Amino acid sequence: MAVALVAGGALAGLVFQAGRDWSGAFSAFDGYLLRVARFTLFQAVLSTVLSVGPAIFVARAFSRQQAFPGRALMLRLFAVPLALPAIVAALGVLALYGRAGIFSGAFSRFAGGDWPGIYGLSGILIAHVFFNLPLATRLFLQALDTVPDDQWRLAAQLGMGARPAFRFLEWPAMRASLPGIAGLVFMLCVTSFTIVLLLGGGPRATTLEVAIYQALRFDFDPARAVALTAAQIGLTLAIFIAITRFGGDYTAAATLSVARRRYAATGQGERLCNLLVIAAAFFFVAGPMGAVVVAGLGADLGRLALDEAVRRAALTSLALAVPAALLSIGLSLALVACRRVLEYGRRERPASWLEWMSGSGASLVLVLPPTVIGAGWFVILLRLGNLYAAAPAMVVVVNALMAMPFAVRVVRPAYDAASARNERLCDALGIAGWNRFKLIDGPVLARPLGTALAFAMALSLGDLGVIALFGSDSVQTLPYLLMQRMGSYRTEDAAGIALLLGVLCLGLMAISDRLGRDAA
Amino acid sequence: MTGRSGLEIALEKVAFRYAEMVMGFDLRFAAGSVTAIMGPSGAGKSTLLNLVAGFEAPSGGRILIGGENVTGLPPAAHPVSMVFQENNLFSHLDVAANVGLGRSPSLKLSGEDRAAVSDALARTGLSGKEKRLPSALSGGERQRVALARVLVRDRPVLLLDEPFASLDAALRREMTDLVGELHSRIHMTILMVTHDEQDARQIADRVVRIEDGRIAGSDAVEAPSPGGRLPESGGE
Repeated sequence: MAVALVAGGALAGLVFQAGRDWSGAFSAFDGYLLRVARFTLFQAVLSTVLSVGPAIFVARAFSRQQAFPGRALMLRLFAVPLALPAIVAALGVLALYGRAGIFSGAFSRFAGGDWPGIYGLSGILIAHVFFNLPLATRLFLQALDTVPDDQWRLAAQLGMGARPAFRFLEWPAMRASLPGIAGLVFMLCVTSFTIVLLLGGGPRATTLEVAIYQALRFDFDPARAVALTAAQIGLTLAIFIAITRFGGDYTAAATLSVARRRYAATGQGERLCNLLVIAAAFFFVAGPMGAVVVAGLGADLGRLALDEAVRRAALTSLALAVPAALLSIGLSLALVACRRVLEYGRRERPASWLEWMSGSGASLVLVLPPTVIGAGWFVILLRLGNLYAAAPAMVVVVNALMAMPFAVRVVRPAYDAASARNERLCDALGIAGWNRFKLIDGPVLARPLGTALAFAMALSLGDLGVIALFGSDSVQTLPYLLMQRMGSYRTEDAAGIALLLGVLCLGLMAISDRLGRDAA
Repeated sequence: MTGRSGLEIALEKVAFRYAEMVMGFDLRFAAGSVTAIMGPSGAGKSTLLNLVAGFEAPSGGRILIGGENVTGLPPAAHPVSMVFQENNLFSHLDVAANVGLGRSPSLKLSGEDRAAVSDALARTGLSGKEKRLPSALSGGERQRVALARVLVRDRPVLLLDEPFASLDAALRREMTDLVGELHSRIHMTILMVTHDEQDARQIADRVVRIEDGRIAGSDAVEAPSPGGRLPESGGE
């Protein structure tokens, strides 16, 4: 059982180990690092404000318009960015607003010159808002759903219009979850790698994550990478602690809100406003997705399917994603079981640190973004000399760890519930070990495990963070190939691959979602 | 508080479909009367109240309050106050604000409104607790706040949907007495859903029984004196 702890702990330890060895690391804390750190925070703050602020109004509009055609479909669409690999989204944003994008003609005329495209801060912000506005909207909507039905009825009886209802009902409900949601979005933006790598462009718009990558892949400056890594860990740890203090749930997953009866009478004017807000959000979110589809279908898909490199990359992706997903749920199950055994054993005594570790260990993984873990290993493997040979193993392990917070979140309630029901009976009947898993716990956990498995696979398929460090001509996954084709301006190929990747990940997410919903 | 009396409530061939159940109500409640609504869970007791309050719209028939057709009007246009079993208060607003909402849904209170609020709080035994938050009140006190809001709203109809069901027997009796006392001053028409026969007899002058979405019976209560003592019956 301790395997899980060791795996997680060792990685963290190794990163620090690497840090200690390189005394040069300290000299790397210079102006460059400060500038990068400042930009990291700056773009994250802006992204958070631009995502969360509008989300409040979009969620309110959705909540007040409980019935209009396509509402459920739209909310489902709002879950898609969560499942979309960042690289695909980045491509979609470029295809829409980029220099050669669909809107570039219109923008050029508007700007009275050549549209320069959206590389740099604006590109990063648009992509981040594309990801996080729908996420925040769905989370706010969940918060609004916690308002008891009686209170909506009361508000209707007291004759509250839109303003008082917002002031007395909606805003208090949303304010309670605001710190958690803002914290989550902020964290996601601070650790964003792919978006910044693809849309950042130039040293003026670089975050710590991308700087780590550049230090390792292009400058071969491990000392600087270690310094950057330390800064990144410090930063994310501080934010993580802050979020936990606020009581936010960092691993929050957005479930679909069910349409409920609302008693508030909305006037024509308000209805129009709400629908306008919703439509604006819809086009913003649907735009890049549509662009990916349009551009992807425009590519020569038949030729791509026969392209040796594409087929090899697809196979490599699957070959890496399957073990990563299996490893992820294996570790998660071990962690969950470990926590439960400790909890069950102690009965009324307070929790030990080991129980706490196994309970929140998975969330701690979030403090170490894939690039950071990858960078730690990169430095170590560089000294051992077999850097690219270890690439597949690295991708599998790091992607497995990345998916763990989610996997634990899905598996733990089911496992704990099953354990609470069966523990005494199994003890009495002497059912233990593998028999117990096969006969008792296994069937109960099949669905949650399936959910976690599909999710972990999708995450691993779409990840660019680790493969960007370890990828080479011999080991290429789909995202890596996609990045290369974009880099060499083979835009059509890139669009086709993006479509393929997007469809794969969405398919897996849909399976995960379906299994999760039926289990609930 | 004008002390004006209640209005007659009439449900004329009211039909309502809830899931597979088709409900039909056709009855009148006299102005100023107190009626206990009883019957098994899911029989349609709360639906009856929701129809009168305007939270549900009937699929057929008319609902008249004081002779005026209110069918299909928004809840705020129905001259009723309703008290639920819980969630009657906004948890982030203090007692005075929760009551004040009964006067102005945007909490813009005049001096007169404020006076009415403190008067209502005094009558419900809540003086001195104006600044408390609902979380610092007991279950009984929270329902008292809801009743205080009923007083400042001063509507001719009061709907009580098992408002005291989560309180213990002694407190329930006390709260029911309070409702009886308020009724003896204001004479609003009261419909009260309850499971407790004794509560019903304590305050109501009529008991209407509902089964499967229909009126199954209607009996006058022999001793309609509010707060009157009755021999201990079997309870629940």
